[in-house]
Amino acid sequence: MTRPPWKFLAVNGTLALLALLTAFPLLWMISASLMPAGEAMTLPARLVPSRPTLEHYETLFTRLNIGRTLLNTLFLASSVTAVSLLCNSMAGYAFAKLRFRGRRRLFALLLATLIVPPQVTVLPLFLEIRALGLVNSYGGILVAGIATVFGIFLIRQFAQGIPDELLDAARLDGASELRIYFTVVLPLMRPILVTLGVFTFLTSWNDFMWPLIVLTDESKYTLPVALANLSGEHVQDTELMMAGAVVTVLPGLLLFLALQRQYIEGITMGSVKE
Amino acid sequence: MTPETAPDYDETRGRPAERRAAWLLMSPALGAIALFFAVPLIAALLLSLTDFDIYALADWRNTRVVGADNYLRLLRDPLFWRVMRNTLVFVVLGVPLTLLTALGGALLVNSRLARLRGLFRTVFFAPVVTTLVAVAVVWRYLYHPRYGMINQMLGLIGLPPIDWLGDPAWATVAITILAVWRSFGYALVIYVVGLQAIPESLYEAAQLDGAGTFQTLRRITLPLLGPTTRFVAVLTIVSLFQIFAEPYVMTRGGPLYATTSITLLMYQQGFRWWNLGNAAAVAFVLFALIIAATGVQELLRRRRNA
Repeated sequence: MTRPPWKFLAVNGTLALLALLTAFPLLWMISASLMPAGEAMTLPARLVPSRPTLEHYETLFTRLNIGRTLLNTLFLASSVTAVSLLCNSMAGYAFAKLRFRGRRRLFALLLATLIVPPQVTVLPLFLEIRALGLVNSYGGILVAGIATVFGIFLIRQFAQGIPDELLDAARLDGASELRIYFTVVLPLMRPILVTLGVFTFLTSWNDFMWPLIVLTDESKYTLPVALANLSGEHVQDTELMMAGAVVTVLPGLLLFLALQRQYIEGITMGSVKE
Repeated sequence: MTPETAPDYDETRGRPAERRAAWLLMSPALGAIALFFAVPLIAALLLSLTDFDIYALADWRNTRVVGADNYLRLLRDPLFWRVMRNTLVFVVLGVPLTLLTALGGALLVNSRLARLRGLFRTVFFAPVVTTLVAVAVVWRYLYHPRYGMINQMLGLIGLPPIDWLGDPAWATVAITILAVWRSFGYALVIYVVGLQAIPESLYEAAQLDGAGTFQTLRRITLPLLGPTTRFVAVLTIVSLFQIFAEPYVMTRGGPLYATTSITLLMYQQGFRWWNLGNAAAVAFVLFALIIAATGVQELLRRRRNA
């Protein structure tokens, strides 16, 4: 059976159009960030810079010191990722493979907490970190991300596939339970750790409300907070703001492009339904 | 997310070494969840029943229990009803827009005629991983009434310019469009997974019976995607309930409170005016809405399965 060529054109043409519309804001952001000042807001609109320039990036990294903000964000997102991967993987593995009374009920209780939006806990959590003296510190941001139910769930799903024989063999060899976790289980969980790691890193990189609440000192700002702050002062500097948006979006976007298979696997696995 | 039936040994005690190890391995995560989730959750409920404000922040003894006063005051506050109206617009507009774009995109990506599927899927998904604050900044310029790309494109097809962020009626729409753009790719990917789970034999049978494309879509694809649609709808509703960075960056909740979302209201009450008691009540209203949305979905699911 031959397919009519118009159908082929319709499907691929619509796809291309939808893709263009989707990508347009991001493409325009990059293009405008390279335009000389004032060129992004003209009539009729310019799509490409008349003479590409990096002057706005220069301003950002010299006068506005965005390099430090970038490093702050990188440091914070990496710390949150490392700490939460360790805690979530230990707990997820225990729920999947170690027998103890009340395991199922405890896990069901954890899953039930997923329905609580972060807005509910954010106010007392602020009072709590204030009492602990963690306002305006990365510790205050980190404590909210030490463990996540989503992470524990994802690890548990994966760890259930680890054969019991493997663990029992290690036990027969006299390995302690902790040793089994670190030397047998962790290496096996590498794929899911990468998936959860990318997911956690991006979530932390993009996070806005909690850092906005916790951080008061400009020198400690993360990129989203700094950008929101900057966009108030520099409304007129379209091209500069676009450069700032590129610096904020691009690292996460590149990480996603490099590891998108793992990332998408994670979010579809996390959405397993009935 | 449903816990599947656990293996038989689930409720057995396990060997002592195993039990000890389990609790040891879980303790950091459970400790953190208890301390930084469970405690704040209970505290939030108590907080919402007090008049905790900036004086209490200085000395907690300035707090008084006021019962349901915060909730009652909310119900009498026109701003609260404005916010609920905005939320309703976000949902009524955003959910169908997200579902239709995502489903349409998923059907196209999944079509046998489609080329470069991986590339298209990546492009559709890319906005999901972008920083909300950054893309809100970008869209603020795209929405510029005079120089913005969107109005210039509308001009090309002969439409008059729209004051996207300056006109209260349009501003709510503008925020919704940004929210849909940022998240439809997520729904699309979930739809693709749903589509791939539909057995090929059903389509072959339909073809043998002489069913056309639209008939197949209506009789086979859409009904079988029902659970996926309900799941995606709830996710979308919950995320639209939580809109925050978009108005924070683009409109500060204006003009005339037309883009003030529940979360923005809570943030302003809590962290700008330090009325933490009040803000906690707002947070619980959000919580109640989310429970309601999830509850309705669960109800639909049961009815379907019964």
